[in-house]
Amino acid sequence: MIVAERKPIEQILAMLAPYKRVLVLGCGGCVTVCLTGGEKQAEELASQLRLASRQKGLELAVDVDCITRQCDREFIQNLKADPGMYDAVLSIACGVGVGFMSELYPGVPMLPGLNTTFYGTNTAPGLWAEYCHGCGDCVLAWTGGICPIARCSKSLINGTCGGTNHGKCEINKDMDCGWLLIYKRLKELGRLDEYRQKRPLRDHRKDRGAGVRRLIHQELVKLEEESGA
Amino acid sequence: MTEPVSHLHRALAAGQFVVTGEIGPPKGTNVGPCLHEAEAYLKGRVAAVNVTDIQTAVMRTGSMAMCKLLLERGIEPVFQMVCRDRNRLALQSDLLSAYILGIRNVLALTGDHVAMGDHPEAKPVYDLDSVSLLETMTRLESGSDLGHDFKGNPNTLDGAPKFFKGCCVTPCTDEVEPQILKLEKKVAAGAQFVQTQAVYDPVAFEKFMKLIEHLKVPVLVGIVVLKSAGMAKYMNRAVPGVQVPEPLIKELSAAPKENLKKVAAEIAGRLVRQMKPMCQGAHLMTLGWDDVVPGILANAGL
Repeated sequence: MIVAERKPIEQILAMLAPYKRVLVLGCGGCVTVCLTGGEKQAEELASQLRLASRQKGLELAVDVDCITRQCDREFIQNLKADPGMYDAVLSIACGVGVGFMSELYPGVPMLPGLNTTFYGTNTAPGLWAEYCHGCGDCVLAWTGGICPIARCSKSLINGTCGGTNHGKCEINKDMDCGWLLIYKRLKELGRLDEYRQKRPLRDHRKDRGAGVRRLIHQELVKLEEESGA
Repeated sequence: MTEPVSHLHRALAAGQFVVTGEIGPPKGTNVGPCLHEAEAYLKGRVAAVNVTDIQTAVMRTGSMAMCKLLLERGIEPVFQMVCRDRNRLALQSDLLSAYILGIRNVLALTGDHVAMGDHPEAKPVYDLDSVSLLETMTRLESGSDLGHDFKGNPNTLDGAPKFFKGCCVTPCTDEVEPQILKLEKKVAAGAQFVQTQAVYDPVAFEKFMKLIEHLKVPVLVGIVVLKSAGMAKYMNRAVPGVQVPEPLIKELSAAPKENLKKVAAEIAGRLVRQMKPMCQGAHLMTLGWDDVVPGILANAGL
């Protein structure tokens, strides 16, 4: 899932400074699961904003709404509030949600309340970790299911560097060395032959190197064209 | 046997025990002191001098320019190249540039992460890694580059370089097998010599050398000159894959401050002497203390 974290409240207040009437819009998708952008967090953020604006002597009216997913057209009809009635919307969806909502409501300033950080999972109580980089060319088949692009700080593809240190990365003692995890897993699987393989150079066209990425299902495009005709 | 392309290449091919030194370019344009050290203490004493490439991700003057200045002074350089700061276009271009400037020895390294240095906000590149950088050099030598024309045929170079290609390995790391597996790939990709991360334990090094015997690649054991007990302790704490044994730390602690350089040269010289029968050379990393090199060589009996 997509993981995001709350922007600092000072940053949010600075974004909202020009506005009087604001809608905090939660999202029921990934950011609800990582406890940063769901309905509960929208309510909490709204209270924080009301309190902060009162303390600063500002007149900020804050309402709250939340839909199942901000990145999906079909859930927009479930909005209880009308974004068009507000000076601005503070979306606490991931960047996709904010971007898609701003496309649907081009006349309303759509402001991000979160920083979208990575694709990851909940690995321990209160801890979410990066597992995928979205590189567009999945290598998990030969790395024992552990992604070197996401979990090696240098996204290396041919094995550990000299910075591996008792299972940790040179950057930080709390950060696992991704390649040591891969080595151990492959060894466990009896597949160290995969580690021995010299890997071809990465094709960065699949990872933004060829510009903005899209997914096209030709059969659906064709079906739509036929039904339109 | 290919024709040697450098003095270092020739010396190793001839089976001589080879010593290399190392300089780190300055932060700024004042290259005088660094060049002076190289001329005064390394020239004529070592086979070649490595020039670090933005070492520990702390921004400095470039390795290639410094290599050229060494060449002009009759000192053979080893051009260190890390994958951290340049993509494959820039790396290939710099390899060609280095070649036309007369640089022949190139050491391919991954490079410390930008997070370790003084520009932690910079974008880490790592388009290639140490294995693919070696592969890239081999490709350039064959007369083509990593790219291709619109029909998918490899591009042809108008004039191909020829390098003596080196790589690094960390013999005393806690998990040595993944290092060795990667070293095998480096050699398969074209590595012709190895300069190791710092080693202070001859017994562990001997074991390591047994494990890589099958690679038949000349190895220069790396020694970072220990300047003080504090530095040794710091390295044990902070430098991955480096372990300074307690007796050496005690030896440094016991040395009066004015004697530290002498003791440092004794320790390094002794280590070279002990490990000489196990490998093909030594790579001395003096971290600015180039004036101890003559002492190290004397203590090593070289």
